[in-house]
Amino acid sequence: MKQSTTTDAQLVSAYIKGNESALCELISRHKQRIYSFIYSKVYDRDVTEDIFQDTFIKVIKTLRKGGYNEEGKFLPWVMRISHNLVIDYFRKNNRMPKFENNTDFNIFSVLSDNSLNAEKKIIKGQVENDIKRLIEELPDDQKEVLVMRIYKEMSFKDISEQTGVSINTALGRMRYALINLRKVIDKHNIVLTN
Amino acid sequence: MQKLYSEISRSERVNKNMVPKEETIKFLLDYSKALSVINYNKLKFEALLN
Repeated sequence: MKQSTTTDAQLVSAYIKGNESALCELISRHKQRIYSFIYSKVYDRDVTEDIFQDTFIKVIKTLRKGGYNEEGKFLPWVMRISHNLVIDYFRKNNRMPKFENNTDFNIFSVLSDNSLNAEKKIIKGQVENDIKRLIEELPDDQKEVLVMRIYKEMSFKDISEQTGVSINTALGRMRYALINLRKVIDKHNIVLTN
Repeated sequence: MQKLYSEISRSERVNKNMVPKEETIKFLLDYSKALSVINYNKLKFEALLN
């Protein structure tokens, strides 16, 4: 293979002056080293490809904007950029870890689907119906406060404004509503668990 | 024939002859051709002209 005698510095300066083929030469001269370097850190061909591309996009932008200081260190400079991008990749990945299943370890053996199965869904529906029926038995003032608080998720301030009683009265009614519900549940031995 | 159950180390798995895909390099060269930096006073604007 014919080894080009042009130095990196000459190619960089030619590229800055508008010679596109100089960039082609720079990339083909260093692609293998930079690519292997990135791959040795991330061990994923697709990610390596992305980081390699981002590295050179940065290189191109910096050169075109005149932000590169020629000190005869083109390759170390590009390696530093790719190194920083690898760090960025791992930082981002730490926040959003990606798991891939392999034969030794299956992520689904650790993670499970927490949604209820058919039987538990039915039981949940029954329990909710029972509670609704018990609430219906409460005195109207207590029922009103409990429904607003639990089902409509209103604050006690809003409840007191809507019902025209003080916050303390609303709190008291809520308390008695819960005490009464517990009493009925205890008295009739109602099981309200899933 | 006996099987080898040991794995080669991670560093050995990196093939020194790995190179990026042709498309990646083509993309970079096209990107470079399309990128235009516009100087205005002390500001620099990037524009991608296809």
